[in-house]
Amino acid sequence: MITRKITRKWEKLPGKNTFCCDGRVMMARQKGVFYLTLFLIVGTCSLFFAFECPYLAVHLSPAIPVFAVLLFVFVMAMLLRTSFSDPGVLPRALPEEANFIEMEIEAANGNVLAGQRPPPRIKNVQINNQIVKLKYCYTCKIFRPPRASHCSICDNCVDRFDHHCPWVGNCVGKRNYRYFYLFTLSLSLLTIYIFAFDIVHVVLRSVDSGFVNTLKETPGTVLEVLVCFFTLWSVVGLTGFHTYLISLNQTTNEDIKGSWSGKNRVQNPYSHKNIIKNCCEVLCGPTYPSVLDRRGLMLEDSCSSAPSNGATTVPLNKSSNPATQTTKSSAPLIPNEHTPDEAKPSIGSGTQKSSSSPKEEKPSSPISPNAVAPAVIKESTH
Amino acid sequence: MYNPEVKHNCCSHSSSVSGSRMLLHPLQRLHLTVRSLSREWRGFQHRDRSFTVSGIMGTEFHNLQELRHTASLATKVFIQRDYSDGTICKFQTKFPTELDSRIERSLFEETVKTLNCYYAEAEKISGQSYLESCLACATAYFIFLCMETRYEKILKKISMYIQEQNEKIFAPRGLLLTDPIERGMRVIEISIFEDSSSSSSSSSGSSPSSSTAQ
Repeated sequence: MITRKITRKWEKLPGKNTFCCDGRVMMARQKGVFYLTLFLIVGTCSLFFAFECPYLAVHLSPAIPVFAVLLFVFVMAMLLRTSFSDPGVLPRALPEEANFIEMEIEAANGNVLAGQRPPPRIKNVQINNQIVKLKYCYTCKIFRPPRASHCSICDNCVDRFDHHCPWVGNCVGKRNYRYFYLFTLSLSLLTIYIFAFDIVHVVLRSVDSGFVNTLKETPGTVLEVLVCFFTLWSVVGLTGFHTYLISLNQTTNEDIKGSWSGKNRVQNPYSHKNIIKNCCEVLCGPTYPSVLDRRGLMLEDSCSSAPSNGATTVPLNKSSNPATQTTKSSAPLIPNEHTPDEAKPSIGSGTQKSSSSPKEEKPSSPISPNAVAPAVIKESTH
Repeated sequence: MYNPEVKHNCCSHSSSVSGSRMLLHPLQRLHLTVRSLSREWRGFQHRDRSFTVSGIMGTEFHNLQELRHTASLATKVFIQRDYSDGTICKFQTKFPTELDSRIERSLFEETVKTLNCYYAEAEKISGQSYLESCLACATAYFIFLCMETRYEKILKKISMYIQEQNEKIFAPRGLLLTDPIERGMRVIEISIFEDSSSSSSSSSGSSPSSSTAQ
């Protein structure tokens, strides 16, 4: 009797992400800093609503707290969107695709003498009269599309990879970059807003009761001012930095590596050479769908019918179990090679909040969970 | 029957199936099974955010079990992305040699070009996409919880188109197109089937993958 257990695809996805709400939410593993961000924002705003707003609504205008609420809701929505959505993860290649690519590489490289290092796996592509090198990802077994990069923290290749941001607990990539930018922008506005009205509130109250008494009556104000003061410099700086990047249609990753710095007449092939067009493309472009299909259903037969050719499990299913992998099945010929490292990026401006640099992939052995039993797929008649 | 509306002017795919008789393998049973596969898949599809894919993916392998005595998967060919125009989604129209004896070049190219057109339309930065983005931003993107984006609508059209192409053109020739979204929009996977009753013929195109599979 075959009983079918239904699992969702997110349960079998490789990579180091955590999923919540049955696959609807996707984040990195380390979420501690994200909780701190949440706490700071919610905490500061709560203090503002508790201490400042009643006084300001009465003495100045009720529009002040209303606008603060709207801004707060917007900030939270953007933060949660950035943190919970798929940044543009590229799924790993299934075995047949990986083999196909291997064979193309071998064909391109020709014969390599024993003992000699095979040449690095790079494909050259011409984009807008510029030669762009596509690198091979040993973990995901694909040639990365242009602007994609492998995040070693999440262990995924991400399309249009910007950086991994611990403050939002997720990578920032093609799909969530605009939410990230709007988050930093709205947070800057919120911080400035709260800071400004804190000062106004203290001044107004001090006129009536004196400075020290004011601080005694509304102790929250001191805390808010402190938090806002320090947040202001970093967040406003970060917003400015990303505005600059957007106007040039560059990613943080490219900026740090100096990919389009102008040396050797290398120019950014993705830029439209027009600030408005660049901004429009990044911020108003189409909303790309996730290719991960986290909530798709997978059928898994729990009875152990003939596991050889008769394996009835869907290929992706087997990708979860690391114990059954062998290094042979997907990359038989190529030993575990380190790609030639470009210069390790140094952490850029001090205002850059993302402390972890977007590292290139490390040479993980091909324990990629895509080592699916080929029996399921290749039922060749030979 | 499907009738995907093709509103944009650059794509006018013809749905003529008859074509030439060059490829009639004894694979009519395969054709029927592929059609039943696609119907079964449509009945059992679930995708994130109510976007249903009517392409043939996971269950095709599962159901393939049942058809092993009629047809077997010989090999797969992957049509790679064409990055010459930047990062937009576009596939190479280069005709793979493995399909030489299976399908006419023109039919194949037409399919790929139509797909490219669809993707170009989805990713076009036009007035409509600005409007959608601005409206969404104004609602803090809550509107996406109830509204389908333009891209998703076009992806549905694409999957219907691929299904139609599979039923009319590819399945009769023993081929199966997989929707690129199932492969991360990286490749168009074309599965090549052999009828195991006519087994002694080597797999089409004598693709190297079979010989160096080990």
